[in-house]
Amino acid sequence: MLSVQDTNTPVTFSPELLSKFADVVSRYPAGKQKSALLPILHLVQAEFGWTSVPAMDKVAEYLSIQPIEVYEVASFYTMYFLKPQGKYMLEVCRTGPCEIVGATPIMEHIEKTLGVAEGDVTPDGLFSWRGVECLAACGFGPVLQIGPEYTFYENLTTQSVDKLIGDLRQKGNS
Amino acid sequence: MARKLLLEHINVPGINTFDVYRSKGGYAAVEKALKTLTPDEVVEEVKKSGLRGRGGAGFPTGMKWSFLAKPEGVERYLVCNADESEPGTFKDRYLMTYIPHLLIEGMIVASFALGAKTSYIYVRGEMMPQIRILEKAIAEAKAKGFLGKNILGTDYSLELYVQPGGGAYICGEETALLESLEGKRGNPRIKPPFPAIAGLYGCPTVVNNVESIAAVVPIINEGGDEYAKLGIGRSTGTKLISAGGNLKKPGVYEIDLGLPVEEFLYSDEYCGGIANGKRLKAVVAGGSSVPILPANLFMKTINNEPRLMSYESLADGGFVSGTMMGSGGFIAYDEDQCIVRNTWNFARFYHHESCGQCSPCREGTGWMEKVLHRLEYGHGKMSDMDLLVDVSKKIEGNTICPLGDAAAWPVASAIRHFRDEFEWHVTHPHEATTRNFGIAHYADPLPKLEATAS
Repeated sequence: MLSVQDTNTPVTFSPELLSKFADVVSRYPAGKQKSALLPILHLVQAEFGWTSVPAMDKVAEYLSIQPIEVYEVASFYTMYFLKPQGKYMLEVCRTGPCEIVGATPIMEHIEKTLGVAEGDVTPDGLFSWRGVECLAACGFGPVLQIGPEYTFYENLTTQSVDKLIGDLRQKGNS
Repeated sequence: MARKLLLEHINVPGINTFDVYRSKGGYAAVEKALKTLTPDEVVEEVKKSGLRGRGGAGFPTGMKWSFLAKPEGVERYLVCNADESEPGTFKDRYLMTYIPHLLIEGMIVASFALGAKTSYIYVRGEMMPQIRILEKAIAEAKAKGFLGKNILGTDYSLELYVQPGGGAYICGEETALLESLEGKRGNPRIKPPFPAIAGLYGCPTVVNNVESIAAVVPIINEGGDEYAKLGIGRSTGTKLISAGGNLKKPGVYEIDLGLPVEEFLYSDEYCGGIANGKRLKAVVAGGSSVPILPANLFMKTINNEPRLMSYESLADGGFVSGTMMGSGGFIAYDEDQCIVRNTWNFARFYHHESCGQCSPCREGTGWMEKVLHRLEYGHGKMSDMDLLVDVSKKIEGNTICPLGDAAAWPVASAIRHFRDEFEWHVTHPHEATTRNFGIAHYADPLPKLEATAS
């Protein structure tokens, strides 16, 4: 199930998550805990599916920094979702080298297959998709990745995309 | 066949594990450096090797190291730049995926040379699988006594951590990377002060690319002088080239610098020629930021000399008829590719990735994207080409970091070399929207079979 939350509901971080936070913070010198912000936001997104305002506020509290310091970072980096996404977010590389080996037809195929526009979520909450910039796999294009593990799928064809979506649908519904 | 220094054992099963890597002579450079050399001697070897930064700028690594300030009682840091995001470049991903211990070994030796007690590998956030691979490799190395307290019983101790980014091309710029590592937006800093004086947390810091750090391992094993014997002129050693685009055999290749481009492109040992029996139209030789060249200018310099894969030969002719080695992101375009479309695609990339700090870049990249979009989709004007050149000139050199230049060069060079293809889009608006390629008379003048038969 997708962990979509009302933005007004307070968030709680589990003890397991908090211990992961502590492990990250231990990598930096004393007083430099703000360095943990990017890794911690990744952990939050992996747990909740996106970085909501209440979650970011809790992160700010945890790191003893101002909430704005978290918002400005979350909105700067493209990997953090500021609204809920499908359980599986298909991110297709759309930059030069992937484009010349057929990224656009792949994105058109995904749009048609899922029936939702770029950035929207399918009604069952399972999928969303978007074009992203270079994923540094230019020799194996077209490519796409799926978070939070960022599993990588290379040399895409419409057939391999169909199979991938079919497999994920089965996995997501079971 | 050329010697491989970095990828020699890449196909050995299990080379990603400590034991197999060690059995192939891995971590010998750590033993040699920590037990027989002083930090300054390590720096000296790297200087002698002539190694130039493999991330794109090509600045001599040993010299960069020697600039590091060493005030008493202040921490020093080594940060590895693994934020590989330059379109066309995927060598670092390859190296970290298949032979992670080479990077770890290089990090230990380089940290020792610089006197760093804590070092970070900043990996782009999308490479979570590689982050997991590196963390596992670090844990293995630590368990075997190559990291942590008193490495191999010496006085030297080192902690090594992996830091994920958040998906921002700009963080490949070293000061933006340091900002990001401090938990902030990736806005590049004004230099000076350079990171060698005030870098991470205001402390002296060296930032090196993954491949540069990995190259330290063979340099220490064989000596800087031996390393410098490979290559040509001031382009010493070997270089990883990420070959992509319309090639028969795309992939990562380790070449001796100085290899003729014709051999790299057409021989079966490397790219194997252009895919699907097509002809070469254009090449981006060092990642999307460097000037694009039409096939004829890429194969031979303006003086009709065969071009070589070296820093100097690729730059021969300056920006009028040459390009740059950059990060080694090699993109080949066949005769069916549209240069206008490609230029628009790259302009969109730079607009998307501009951090927004400097007006010329923030506004200029957006302008260029819009103008190129209308050209590609058949709504362009003849005056647009001059407009684009004008905008690119106003970005170039007027920004804090090189992203502005990187955005300007591909546009300016595409118009310089392919102007009639842009004009064709204006004079043939209907065709510009219905067929996705431009005009093909730029294709490689060399008969393709003559080259492949050799």
